[in-house]
Amino acid sequence: MSAADLNKAISENENVMVICGRMGPMCIPVYGIAEELEDDYKHVKFYDMEFDNPESYIIRNLPEVRGFMGIPFTVYYKGGKVVKATSSIQTKEQVKAILNKEFSAVVNA
Amino acid sequence: MLNKMNAVNHYDAIVVGAGPAGLTAGIYLSRARYKTLIIDEGVAGGQMVLTHEIANYPGVESISGYQLSNIMKKQAKSFGCDIKTNVSVSGLDLNGEVKELVLKEGSVYSANAIILTPGGRSRTLGVTGEDSLKGRGISYCATCDGDFFTDKEIIVVGGGNSALEEAVSLTKYASKVTIIHQFDHFQAFEYAVEESKSNNKINFIMESTITAFYGNENLESVDIKNLVSGEIRNFKTDGAFIFIGYVPNTEFLKGKIELNKWGEIMVKSDMSTNIEGVYAAGDSTAKRFRQITTAVGDGTIAALATSGYLNELNIKQKQNSLA
Repeated sequence: MSAADLNKAISENENVMVICGRMGPMCIPVYGIAEELEDDYKHVKFYDMEFDNPESYIIRNLPEVRGFMGIPFTVYYKGGKVVKATSSIQTKEQVKAILNKEFSAVVNA
Repeated sequence: MLNKMNAVNHYDAIVVGAGPAGLTAGIYLSRARYKTLIIDEGVAGGQMVLTHEIANYPGVESISGYQLSNIMKKQAKSFGCDIKTNVSVSGLDLNGEVKELVLKEGSVYSANAIILTPGGRSRTLGVTGEDSLKGRGISYCATCDGDFFTDKEIIVVGGGNSALEEAVSLTKYASKVTIIHQFDHFQAFEYAVEESKSNNKINFIMESTITAFYGNENLESVDIKNLVSGEIRNFKTDGAFIFIGYVPNTEFLKGKIELNKWGEIMVKSDMSTNIEGVYAAGDSTAKRFRQITTAVGDGTIAALATSGYLNELNIKQKQNSLA
């Protein structure tokens, strides 16, 4: 996904989660979790972005990720604004807790 | 405990854990036409996914842990094995001919046999500041996060092969690496010790441990305790990589199956446990060597022993129904 794609996605969708990482040990579990949650969180759009792609400046330069030193950088947007960002591996429970808090909606997950 | 043997969710065997041991067991059992389910609280592959490059898996010159995991997963699925990932076990009844398993989200599964392959996870120090500074200077993966520490001074905690090998690999980025280890000697193989000792970017602080991490936005310093003198000193650092071994994921088995004092599952040579129809394999069992190859071997033995058990159970059930 390019920076322009991400800008388009957050302008067209109320709730967006973006995982910016590599195909590595700390990132793969988070990609897997997002993939599994997609069906239960239909009101959220899930995207991924290559950390090593220069286009990822749009994530890496966010003030909310300042100080992050562990991939993936996972960023949650609501109404085009960053509402939460996490660094490094997360569990499914941690991701669900953020989705439920920031993008509240009735889910059966 | 629950309504045993619900037809929809009943399997011949359920494998708890989708690392190399669990996936191997799934491949063997499914190929033998046993209805098999593998569940895992994370992604398929377990600790294997954490390995950047595997160069000693026989028959494969070099492969990433992620790729090997995917191949094993596909292989198991191709034989009809069901795999559910990112699910946690909240209840377990291992007694009786029909075993039961409840998932956190409420679904109930039953099986005639269970193979426990929950694996292990990276051990954490469990000291002040470790949780809050994870991803902000504290890391458990050198290949993932090493480049964030370019030209920075970092510490590596541990004295095994992983710690020393990763310390050497981190010198590609960091200007200085200090290895902190609790003993006066390393448990790592000699080649790893020699390689780290001959690297002029690496220093050693022996017989010491970390007692606290400090930092606001990022890790800034650690407290190092000398285990001989008891003295604690503050040490400035930009990053900390922790490689102090693994702990078995067996908390959910306490009181349900025989574990040793380290929480490892006690198994016999056929991977059977102290409960009939329950087998175990892989890193969560009590054994000396923990490799992908040994997990695969354990998983094979557990699956074959389970097949034998299921076959005998089937004969017994048929005889009982005729009697």
